Amino acid sequence: MPKRTDIKKILIVGAGPIVIGQACEFDYSGTQACKALKEEGYEVVLLNSNPATIMTDPDFADRTYVEPVNPETLARIIAKERPDALLPTLGGQTALNCAVAVAKDGTLDKYGVELIGAKLPAIEKAEDRTLFKQAMQNIGVTVPESGLAHNLQEAMEVIERIGFPVIIRPSFTLGGTGGGIAYNLEEYEQIAMAGIDASPTNEVLVEESVIGWKEFELEVMRDKADNVVIICSIENLDPMGVHTGDSITVAPAQTLTDKEYQLMRDASIRIIREIGVETGGSNIQFGINPDDGRMVVIEMNPRVSRSSALASKATGFPIAKIAAKLSIGYTLDEIPNDITRETYASFEPTIDYVVTKMPRFTFEKFPQADATLTTQMKSVGEAMAIGRTFKESLQKALRSLEIGSCGFESRLFDETLAEPRPLEGSELRTLEAKLRIPNWERIWYLADALRAGLSLDEIFELTKIDRWFLHNIAQIVAMEKRLIQAVGLLEQPDGEVFRTLLREAKQMGFADLRLAHLWKVREGRVRELRHRHDIRPVYKRVDTCGAEFEAYTPYLYSSYEEECEAAPSDRRKIMILGGGPNRIGQGIEFDYCCVHGAFALSEDGFETIMVNCNPETVSTDYDTSDRLYFEPLTLEDVLEIVHIEKPEGVIVQFGGQTPLKLAVALEQAGVPIIGTTPDAIDRAEDRERFQALLNKLGLKQPANGIARSIAESEKIAERIGYPVVVRPSYVLGGRAMEIVYDLQQLRNYMQYAVAASPDHPILIDKFLEQAIEVDVDALSDRSHVVIGGIMQHIEEAGIHSGDSACVLPPYSLPKPIVDEIRHQTVALALELEVCGLMNIQFAVKGDQIYLLEVNPRASRTAPFVSKATGRPLAKIAARIMAGKSLQELGIDSEIVPTQISIKESVFPFTKFPGVDSLLGPEMKSTGEVMGIDFEFGKAFAKAQLGANVRLPISGQVFVSVREDDKAAVVEPVRKLRDAGFVIIATKGTAAYLRAYGIHATPINKVKEGRPHCVDAIKNNQISLVFNTTFGAQSIIDSFSIRRSALMHNVAYFTTVAGMQAAADGILALKRETLDVTPLQEYYPQNG
Amino acid sequence: MKAALALADGRVFIGRAIGSPGEISGEVVFNTSMTGYQEILTDPSYRGEIVTMTYPLIGNYGINREDVESSRPHLAGFVVKEACDLPSNWRCELSLDAYLKENDIIGIAGIDTRALVRHIRDQGAQTGVLSTLDLDADSLVAKAQAAPSIVGRDLVREVTCQTSYAWDEGTWDLAQGYQAARDAARFKVVAYDFGIKRNILRNLVSKGCSVTVVPATTSAEEVLAMQPDGVFLSNGPGDPEPIVYAQENIRKLLGKVPLFGICLGHQLLALALGGRTFKLKFGHRGGNQPVRRGAGHDVEITSQNHGFAVDAASLREDAVVTHINLNDNTVEGLRHKVFPAFSVQYHPEASPGPHDANYLFDEFIELMEKHQAVSRHS
Repeated sequence: MPKRTDIKKILIVGAGPIVIGQACEFDYSGTQACKALKEEGYEVVLLNSNPATIMTDPDFADRTYVEPVNPETLARIIAKERPDALLPTLGGQTALNCAVAVAKDGTLDKYGVELIGAKLPAIEKAEDRTLFKQAMQNIGVTVPESGLAHNLQEAMEVIERIGFPVIIRPSFTLGGTGGGIAYNLEEYEQIAMAGIDASPTNEVLVEESVIGWKEFELEVMRDKADNVVIICSIENLDPMGVHTGDSITVAPAQTLTDKEYQLMRDASIRIIREIGVETGGSNIQFGINPDDGRMVVIEMNPRVSRSSALASKATGFPIAKIAAKLSIGYTLDEIPNDITRETYASFEPTIDYVVTKMPRFTFEKFPQADATLTTQMKSVGEAMAIGRTFKESLQKALRSLEIGSCGFESRLFDETLAEPRPLEGSELRTLEAKLRIPNWERIWYLADALRAGLSLDEIFELTKIDRWFLHNIAQIVAMEKRLIQAVGLLEQPDGEVFRTLLREAKQMGFADLRLAHLWKVREGRVRELRHRHDIRPVYKRVDTCGAEFEAYTPYLYSSYEEECEAAPSDRRKIMILGGGPNRIGQGIEFDYCCVHGAFALSEDGFETIMVNCNPETVSTDYDTSDRLYFEPLTLEDVLEIVHIEKPEGVIVQFGGQTPLKLAVALEQAGVPIIGTTPDAIDRAEDRERFQALLNKLGLKQPANGIARSIAESEKIAERIGYPVVVRPSYVLGGRAMEIVYDLQQLRNYMQYAVAASPDHPILIDKFLEQAIEVDVDALSDRSHVVIGGIMQHIEEAGIHSGDSACVLPPYSLPKPIVDEIRHQTVALALELEVCGLMNIQFAVKGDQIYLLEVNPRASRTAPFVSKATGRPLAKIAARIMAGKSLQELGIDSEIVPTQISIKESVFPFTKFPGVDSLLGPEMKSTGEVMGIDFEFGKAFAKAQLGANVRLPISGQVFVSVREDDKAAVVEPVRKLRDAGFVIIATKGTAAYLRAYGIHATPINKVKEGRPHCVDAIKNNQISLVFNTTFGAQSIIDSFSIRRSALMHNVAYFTTVAGMQAAADGILALKRETLDVTPLQEYYPQNG
Repeated sequence: MKAALALADGRVFIGRAIGSPGEISGEVVFNTSMTGYQEILTDPSYRGEIVTMTYPLIGNYGINREDVESSRPHLAGFVVKEACDLPSNWRCELSLDAYLKENDIIGIAGIDTRALVRHIRDQGAQTGVLSTLDLDADSLVAKAQAAPSIVGRDLVREVTCQTSYAWDEGTWDLAQGYQAARDAARFKVVAYDFGIKRNILRNLVSKGCSVTVVPATTSAEEVLAMQPDGVFLSNGPGDPEPIVYAQENIRKLLGKVPLFGICLGHQLLALALGGRTFKLKFGHRGGNQPVRRGAGHDVEITSQNHGFAVDAASLREDAVVTHINLNDNTVEGLRHKVFPAFSVQYHPEASPGPHDANYLFDEFIELMEKHQAVSRHS
């Protein structure tokens, strides 16, 4: 059927900031959708608050609104743009919820906007637990026993009927937020009430536990002609009970017979039809009883999802792109398959490899968090690996995670011993607990359980992980044993026996580095032996069809097989190394830069080659670069790709720390790194060399020293004076970084940190209290430097730059200071001979400027600056690296925009009960949003709204600040009082305010007896919290204030600068409602 | 133990032996189904073929006694990347390797099956020799070149039943396994066994037919003497052209009784109607083949297994093409303009594969119903 001509303008809603449960997979899907719809000639209007997305690049939509993703903003855009249709299924749960809201409140009807993809009744049927259950009963599909509860009494009635254990699922929340598994009444009450609280409809589903059942997912697509196809089946290694986002998952399903698989397929087709998802993709989850095959359906997402992104990457079938085309009326049989060219989207992909996805966790960032894996998602990213066997794919996935693992390292044994000692007593019980209670390390404990001699049946009983997976891991462990026993063969490495063994190990996915560990030799030695035997990987294509048709898209993965299909070209080519799995400190921003690099170089006529292993990203879309290698980003894997492709340049400065860490080794191996030299990178990263550099340029940095022992650290701290900032060298995202106020704290830290990172010394810097932090992104071609953007942080120095809000252009720094910052930036870039992007962090205290950090690479802020100024920094940087000069590119001066852009960070605290939301030098945010307006207050209010912080315009403000901050808080509090807010404060703060003529009602601190401030927050009497603290005890005392504000969705600010900005934002909100403006109108001059 | 697979065009793969030792020749083909290897092993249509599975891990869920399409495996040889030696599934009874050994089937594992598949795709399906006895490349290639081609051979005689029999088992259900026939059958169906898959019979039974399976060579007169409400033309192995006796019988049955053909049965019907068949380069084998029904946008995902196809241009006016393959536009189904006869190239009985085309059995029932009504009137 031809595409619809009755609609011309389509509004797409993005997913907003990266949060746990909603990561860059929605940029991937949204970008595909924007491209697909523009290609078809529609006018595309986009709403997404996340500046680090590719989809919000002004080229991808006709009108790009970087505004908060919420129903009010959406309604304003609809009123302004009058689109014909709203496509809500590509921006995750956030977009879907927004669309439901504007559909229900009549906005869509009022403006005559049609929901396409999924209609309101379908969305409600899929999302509302009661309707879903009813729908499943209508078509004879079994669901687990369940009941709904909206309050404690209902919850009790339900549990009496179902019995323990139960799974509690709040309605309409993301990534299972607020849900959990309860084994007893106490747990049940707690989780059920928290879930009711977390649900926007105050509803939880209490469900019969099918914990331990096998878990499967099917990705389903339907078109207007009612054709339904299954794109991919996924089997979870972790059985039911662990959120699928936190599970190790494998595609395709491995342990279902055809009869069982077809039952699931039939059920999926009936489900998508019954729910009534008109066109597009859905994800359906099933549980299967391992004892008798009984199948239940768990849930359905009537939209593209994390799993559909994974399924797209796993099969080569671009679900989001096809979904977009289906939504405007095409049928599956009309949409060509890009990969085969001669076939159509109307088929079911078949694959001839095994895909393994592993979640990436960051519990080290939240030591107080419960690290047990449950039905609420906790991982922040994922890596995917492709191999010809599960063993190969699994071991590739392990090393793709970039957590220092290159295989099945033992958690318990000296793994270079062929016969580990048997475990008994408490050690055995510990191991059993690690197997029984799901945790992120369980996959490694499985190997240890096998080493300890547990049988597959015993391990199955403890974990309920299917014996098929266990057997495969057992084969890997058995191979390790053979390898260890064969260590003697290294003496005669030229023999056929060694060659055969080595090849077999490589076919099972063993990394060179893993073999080196087992044999106690250097990695280089293994590589050398492997190459001597000419054991090298070949590259196979992902082609959607199991080789039945020729694949025209070079989407490749390595395997130790016979035939190589890489077919490298002899074009001029440049390889870009990606960032690997998302984690806190390295996320979508780096992928954004990689993608831009590929786009720019492709425009310049180069063949672009992308290497990455993150299935969520735009960079791993086969469309983004000319050639895609879906591979781990380790030295071994990258060297092999370089060997086959022989690029004229490799870019390491876009993918964050991941490729940067490889730079020196790659260069030593003769790989042509382009851009800033690894030596220059080292000059900036190595503390001693950096100091020499600053001395040479006459620049200042906070007093500092390097400690290699506790004693040394004490001496340094004494010399420079407390407080000091301490951190291990070579870290990203402020990992293990702390501000230390006294000797005792320093000693504690040194013990912890040195243990955390034994190979690296500890850096100690003077902490500049109350200093203003400034971020600068700049471009340089070795002879010229152009500033990309100067950002003033709102939060003072000491809060990790990735966690603080920042403003472009600077909003309160005096011009001479900003000019001096420009001057220093240029000097540094020229001295380091930066070629491409660089990022510098300054601290300004009074009229003094200190250098905190120089990163001669793409930074986290590059996408934000690009959006704020309209100048695509990463693209320009890529061109410079490939040989162009700034002059040739016509880049001669800094753009200082008239509008104000504010970047705000978004945190995962609600996902981690018991974790303090106080900000510090260690980065904790998962994502960012951007607010743009011509006035600071409005831009700030937008940024807050984007981050889902609702600044109140009336009500009571609770103020409790530490001594040093009392003076600074007077002004913002006065502004709020004048604006009609009632001020409530703890006694000391109240007294101080009174002295300045501000009446504040005193209220008890938590330890002063009840009723206290937390009671007031919980009783919804407070609409805004200003709270700063100092010292460990005070932090503990005020923890419940922050936590309760967080859980009750009360806006709270924990820095004075944040409070000042908040007051301005509130005043702006009171004055007038926020309006919406597309990016394209902010910088027509660039357009 | 090592095994070798040599193709007539000289390409040789060395891997590990699975199943029984020995040496056999056959046409080397590939199947893209990710599940259903047990059904594939026992499908008589694979007679004379060395089947390569494109999915690399085969045997994961083992072998059970239920998921069989005939009494034993029929294919000549089996080629996989990795054969699972410790299967896992609640219905699993034995491993793939044990099953192949039990049934004296030669297999090979550990080769680059994707390379083999690409080779077949580019060079075409061809004769090959699979051996655990002779690993010499030149010798094996020579044997492959000398081995008989699948073209022009009557493989049906090798798989058809010797005597007729009644079938009364219905389709499979998770809770109860195969279900017994329902109530009293409404239709009497005679099914020609050219290498019939049991799931066709099970579907007919579940739709209310009493089924008698007859040998491929049974004459039309004998069949008509049984007074069937409908005659089913089954799937089967190899080239349809040499199966002249079947074409003749079909010609005689045409117009006298409703006919429904699947796969080889479809090709034989086309030949009986005066059409021609041709050998596809490498065939259609798998569970993801899109078939367009009619002229609109109705597409069904089908299970297929055939190396020959009906030439659309050869069909006379009395045959209407009802279904085409979306990938290569080959004929997937036809219907007689006047007489109650229709057929499909693919497998509505699935097993393995999707159930999208199950409605065809209902259409056969409707056709018999209509014919019954007409007969009663006349």
